[in-house]
Amino acid sequence: MPTRSTEVVIAAHNLKKVYGDFVAVDSIDFKVRKGESFGLLGPNGAGKSTTMRMMSATMERSEGELMILGLDPKQDSPQIRAHLGVVPQQDNLDGELTVAENLYIYGRYFGLSRAYLKPKVEELLDFAQLQEKRNEKVEALSGGMKRRLTIARGLINQPEILMLDEPTTGLDPQARHILWDRLFRLKEEGVTLILTTHYMDEAEQLCDRIIVMDNGRIMAEGSPAALIAEYSSKEVLELRFGSNKNAESAKKLAGYGDRLEILPDRILIYCTDAELVLEKINHDGMKPLTSLVRRSSLEDVFLRLTGRTLVD
Amino acid sequence: MILNAAVDSAIAIAERRIGKPGEQVFAGRPYVMIQRAFLAFKGSSWFVVLSGFVEPVLYLASFGYGLSSLVGPMTSSGDSISYAAFIAPGLLATSAMNGAIYDSTFNVFFKMHHGKVYNAMLATSLGPLDVAMGEIGWALLRGLTYAIGFMIVVAPFGLIPSIWGLLAIPAAVLIAFGFASVGMGVTSYLKDFQQLEWINFIMLPLFLFSGTLYSTDAFPRALQIIIEALPLAQAIALVRDLTLGQVHLGTLWHILYFAVMIVGGLFFTTHRLRSLFQK
Amino acid sequence: MSSINRQVSRWTVLRAVEHRLLIQKKWFASILMFGIGNPTIYLLSIGLGIGSLVDSNTTGVDGVKYLTFLAPALLASAAIQSAMTETMFPVMAGFIWAKTFFGIRSTPISGKQMANGVWISAILQVTFTTGIYWIILWLFGAMDHKGSWLSLFTACLGGLAVGAVLLWIASVIDHDDGFLAIINRFVLMPMFLFSGTFYPLAVLPLYVRWLGWISPLWHSTELGRWVSYGHSVSGRLIVIHFLYLFLWIALGLKLAQARFEKRLAK
Repeated sequence: MPTRSTEVVIAAHNLKKVYGDFVAVDSIDFKVRKGESFGLLGPNGAGKSTTMRMMSATMERSEGELMILGLDPKQDSPQIRAHLGVVPQQDNLDGELTVAENLYIYGRYFGLSRAYLKPKVEELLDFAQLQEKRNEKVEALSGGMKRRLTIARGLINQPEILMLDEPTTGLDPQARHILWDRLFRLKEEGVTLILTTHYMDEAEQLCDRIIVMDNGRIMAEGSPAALIAEYSSKEVLELRFGSNKNAESAKKLAGYGDRLEILPDRILIYCTDAELVLEKINHDGMKPLTSLVRRSSLEDVFLRLTGRTLVD
Repeated sequence: MILNAAVDSAIAIAERRIGKPGEQVFAGRPYVMIQRAFLAFKGSSWFVVLSGFVEPVLYLASFGYGLSSLVGPMTSSGDSISYAAFIAPGLLATSAMNGAIYDSTFNVFFKMHHGKVYNAMLATSLGPLDVAMGEIGWALLRGLTYAIGFMIVVAPFGLIPSIWGLLAIPAAVLIAFGFASVGMGVTSYLKDFQQLEWINFIMLPLFLFSGTLYSTDAFPRALQIIIEALPLAQAIALVRDLTLGQVHLGTLWHILYFAVMIVGGLFFTTHRLRSLFQK
Repeated sequence: MSSINRQVSRWTVLRAVEHRLLIQKKWFASILMFGIGNPTIYLLSIGLGIGSLVDSNTTGVDGVKYLTFLAPALLASAAIQSAMTETMFPVMAGFIWAKTFFGIRSTPISGKQMANGVWISAILQVTFTTGIYWIILWLFGAMDHKGSWLSLFTACLGGLAVGAVLLWIASVIDHDDGFLAIINRFVLMPMFLFSGTFYPLAVLPLYVRWLGWISPLWHSTELGRWVSYGHSVSGRLIVIHFLYLFLWIALGLKLAQARFEKRLAK
């Protein structure tokens, strides 16, 4: 019998994935602990989804070591997948089946019995708030509903680890908040969550620990608060002088905060007290068109680390 | 404790196969795929699926009735038979092939690329061989239904002169199995719908030259040998042997031909599914 | 900025045709391949295989060799096949599969023009494939009479008659749900098999023969046989054949245009 580790549920060492000449994931190391929610952040093409697929035992690694729940996916991938819930980036619900059938048959794929699945499907329909739609075909659902159903489906085998690849991309704010609420409940129940996202607010809301990836490498690791403390400042002042005048105005702004970032449309001043800096700037006779005082966020960390002002 | 008894069961179910042959590709559950297909079938238009056996019947009615006055009687292994009795087994074999190819190419292609259902299945503890066998199993059930429907309509007209003809039904399933297991593997290479057209393009000459509507005796010997090696000619020969009661040692060779095709096809398809979805 | 031509005219329909042809350009090689390959295979197999059976058993069908008898029918059904591909699939794709028509709707092209666009490009496509088919028939020696070349036009006429009605039918359906299979199984295939394609319609018993009478394929085939080898038809019947096919075109187009307008206005 394979033994299950109690503390570390996933351990990667020198994990690498190569497609032809392209290195998608470049020798990364990380660990995921039981019960934590772990985020992979990065721009498109950073290697998040590839890492995710290797962790979900649906893609073979090129090099390095990977242990999931104490098992090596090279030898025991079906056994590993029995422990996991996977929510892919694109919903791949079964369009030929109804909402309830989608949940039921997915449980059958795991070999689960009808006696177990009957009440479980009801429980998950409640969880996903889809009782009313249970007999509808999947096409009849909105984007948010489909996403909730995909997540519910991933829970059918009561997984120890739930993997979510960009769970809220493309959803409207309301749908996102409903989803966050559902995910937060799972976290409270002790399910280990692993998610990729490029929404910083999502990572701040849901993740205990984050790794920031870019070009297949890990750029930084830590809790959201720790990352902000390390790579950004407490507050940020955003100023706009008009598209043509930003660069020119920036010259005069040197020295007002800890650090300046000049974006095409605005200037960011990283500082401890943004109100104070704004007062000073106004006092010194500079007249920004608009100004915004806000707390520093992971987005600032992200911009700094990946050095990209444009993330597609 | 987040693990309850049921979860342990999902894991235990998966762990049961540790150390068994093919544990990475086979979970021993192709029947859940059939269950899925049945659910999908329940929610679709039954009529469309069930009416599939009409096609060979229409062909038989048109050619068997209309053309027989023009072509006269045929001979098979020395016996003189009606034109309709000559083409009936050919049409049964051809429809078994067509059904299997349709299910394993068009249907599978659609699920692979548009629905991405296989991605979802293979993210569970199910293996690619389960998926392949399940999909093919459903295609065979459909083929079985069609073959029975065809026989029920055709037999009263005296077109199945031998009692051996009953075995034409399992033979049709065997033929469908062979084509479906190879077809699914081939589909895994296709990238767009236009390439599916190529499958039709290959099927047409297979249908037209394999001796469904006329005997291949008219062709030069070299061409005959090539045609006889093709799967549809093998299939037609097998079914014709049975419906006409001309069973001999060669009949076994046709069966062996399909047995090899099935095993090879399953191997090939599983390998392809694995490299597509799990590598 | 003002240099962009924003004119909306009746010729806007050509934009819709252009859209269709652009799509087809991508597949030109395989269209050509199928266009040549399919008839060749058909002729080699049915024409020569069954032809040799028939010719050795009879003194000819309708007074000519079997291949000569069969050729106009094959041509007519190929035209219908091509018309079906060129009307059903683009309309199903436009309304259901890829929903491209709803994207085009936000440009000045109207629903009616879109219907006409599919239709016009179908005419071009059908003429092209049928033309290739005719050449191959000719190479096989099945189109040797003086007026044989006219069968190209009668075949296209039959194809377009079916195409126009399918244009309408495809624009009516809301769900894919195996509709194509039904049309294929219960309309097109019986039409192909019971329209006097492989043997004279008169061979069939009277209670099946009506299938041929209502089928555009039979009308188109009769015209084709008349022009390509002098199959004897009365003048009155010739007029009826033509009228019947034109009626299908007029009706199909009218209904399709109305349906396109309505569906895209939603």
